[in-house]
Amino acid sequence: MRALAAGLLLAAATACTRGGDRDRPRAALGLRARGEVVRELVPELERRHPGLKVEVQQIPWTAAHEKLLTGFVGREMPDVAQMGNTWIPEMAALDAIEPLDARVAASASVRPDDYYPGIWETNVLDGALYGIPWYVDTRLVFYRSDLLAAAGVLGMPRSWSGWREAMVAVKRTGGPGRFGLLLPTNEWAQPVTLAVAAGAELLSDGGRHGAFAAPEFRRAAEFFIGLYRDGLAPPLANSQVANLYQQMAAGEFAMYVTGPWNLGEFRRRLPASLQGSWATAPLPAPDGMPWPGVSLAGGSSLVVFRSSPRKDAAWKVVEFLSEPATQKRFWALCGDLPARRSAWDEPALAGDGRTASFRLQLEHVRATPKVPEWEQIAAKVWERLEPVARGAKGLDESLARLDADVETILEKRRWLLDRKAAGARK
Amino acid sequence: MRGLSSWRAREARSGLLLVAPGLLLLSAFLALPVVASLLLSLTDFDLYAVGDPSNARVVGLRNYARLLHDPVFWKALGNTFFFVVVGGPLTVSLALGTALLLNHKLVRFPGLFRTIYFAPVVTTLVAVAAVWKYLYHPRFGLLNAALGLFGVGAIDWLGDPHWAMPAIVLMAAWKNFGASMIIFVAGLKAIPESLYEAARLDGAGPWQRFRLITVPLLAPTFLFVGLTTTIGYFQLFAEPYVMSGGDGGPMNATLSVALFMYKQGFRWWSIGASASIAFVLFAVILGATLLQRRLQKGGEA
Repeated sequence: MRALAAGLLLAAATACTRGGDRDRPRAALGLRARGEVVRELVPELERRHPGLKVEVQQIPWTAAHEKLLTGFVGREMPDVAQMGNTWIPEMAALDAIEPLDARVAASASVRPDDYYPGIWETNVLDGALYGIPWYVDTRLVFYRSDLLAAAGVLGMPRSWSGWREAMVAVKRTGGPGRFGLLLPTNEWAQPVTLAVAAGAELLSDGGRHGAFAAPEFRRAAEFFIGLYRDGLAPPLANSQVANLYQQMAAGEFAMYVTGPWNLGEFRRRLPASLQGSWATAPLPAPDGMPWPGVSLAGGSSLVVFRSSPRKDAAWKVVEFLSEPATQKRFWALCGDLPARRSAWDEPALAGDGRTASFRLQLEHVRATPKVPEWEQIAAKVWERLEPVARGAKGLDESLARLDADVETILEKRRWLLDRKAAGARK
Repeated sequence: MRGLSSWRAREARSGLLLVAPGLLLLSAFLALPVVASLLLSLTDFDLYAVGDPSNARVVGLRNYARLLHDPVFWKALGNTFFFVVVGGPLTVSLALGTALLLNHKLVRFPGLFRTIYFAPVVTTLVAVAAVWKYLYHPRFGLLNAALGLFGVGAIDWLGDPHWAMPAIVLMAAWKNFGASMIIFVAGLKAIPESLYEAARLDGAGPWQRFRLITVPLLAPTFLFVGLTTTIGYFQLFAEPYVMSGGDGGPMNATLSVALFMYKQGFRWWSIGASASIAFVLFAVILGATLLQRRLQKGGEA
């Protein structure tokens, strides 16, 4: 979920007492322009582990992915890094990050059962664990309860058909300047979230082929495209929404599927008069499926690099940042939702209804396909769906084309898997 | 005779020795990388191969074949041609127009205006893009406010796929015309004043003086500016990169061939495919340059 993150920071963990930059273990921690927060936590860590020196390096989130890859090629890697959990398959394919199963088994503080299972699962590839969830995000519905109430909808609906009816009612009562839902057209997460809720596998056969023509994805695509076609959602990209919060405040959109970074933004940027009139709710489920609807397992994990000569020290940094107490402090300092369930006991987190929706949603999340090609595939989804939303192409044809695109993208992966299988047979 | 030929051989040898450093540098920093990327374009070198080179395969011309069947590539090529065909003449005529104005005897402080018009060229593109994003803002932008005075409805310059590329053209022309303007000014200064005087005595009006003296004598400058602008514009990258957040959106409307190549290479790490795009772009530029030279030479004759 790197979409809305604004700043990443490279942090460095150091175990040695000798000076000099060369000796310092470095760690890359990604944060949304909140590098200072980790710097604030570092003295406590260094106090507990005398001899450990941590050097925090901040890099912009948008450049982080490229920077890590070029760093890998140039053999200039940090010791520890924060990484969007969708990058983990790529880094594991490069053999750049260290499996952590043995360290977790031996750890007194990192306890797998204290994490949300869907989020934990994003870090597991072929049975090996490559990252420890640090903070989590997922998407659910933010809505203007007053606009829904004015349209006669009391409380957020729990099924897709109810959801759609609510949008129709909002549109009917609100007139042409109001839309039921904002679904930015340039975010692959929007259609993919709905597809995951409908039970779509997205890729089949261990990530060998696309499964976009499958009935589950088709059902989600029909629902999603119908929202644009029937004028319930405006066909706008993020860049076309001039000021989301002003437009939310003006009542242009009654609902918006988005993530936890907007909890703070809505509080800060919606006028005081509206602070009692917005709420969050877990995703509605497709009719006939249990509520809440499944959403995407997003967030960031902490990884240890294989190239690091100071893995033990790096692991200490991971353990420290994973402690419930540190997680609570981190949340208080910058608002990122903690990955540890026990950190959610914090009264300010537990007592807030808007945050509680996230807690419930996080118990119902699923990872996107864990293949390095995923983001490239995801970028194709809207490319193929948009002509359908604009009525220029038929859905079946476009889904077939999407599968064909994905077939090409995954050709190399199939070849590698087949070669590996052949090698194992010998 | 023998003495002469051995002198010639010696001369050739010392000549070779003199150009050797240059040749070595050229082959190390130009020829070798070009050959390496040509070879790379025949493989499927990608992310998996970055981790382990044995994962790369030689695929012959498959990258090129796939490219020709990729609608996104054709879209990028079309966008690039639009930029060259619309943006190139616009930039060159802006440059020529301002150069003629600056060269006019009635203009006060020509140095000041030259500096002002040249300033965008030396300004960081990222800063320029930040300002132009405000200018293009659909609601609060200066451009739409100005158009609004004439009753033109709000245009979503960077968000509407139909307007995004024209918006990039406009910004690029503003950003780049200053460089060509300076060259035109130099070319105009090289035309002897006596020719104009003689023409005036013969009764030639301003338009005739422009058409019969300025245009033919400026032709070599024109050819140079035309060629460099065309070549530079085919390599369009930075403008759409900063204006679209690196994406080439909306709906690939501002995706140029070079940006497409960058995305393939550094976003998806399909290095082999990316190298093949580089060679196709090279071929396109070479073809267009040769064509342009022929056209402009033909115009001269």
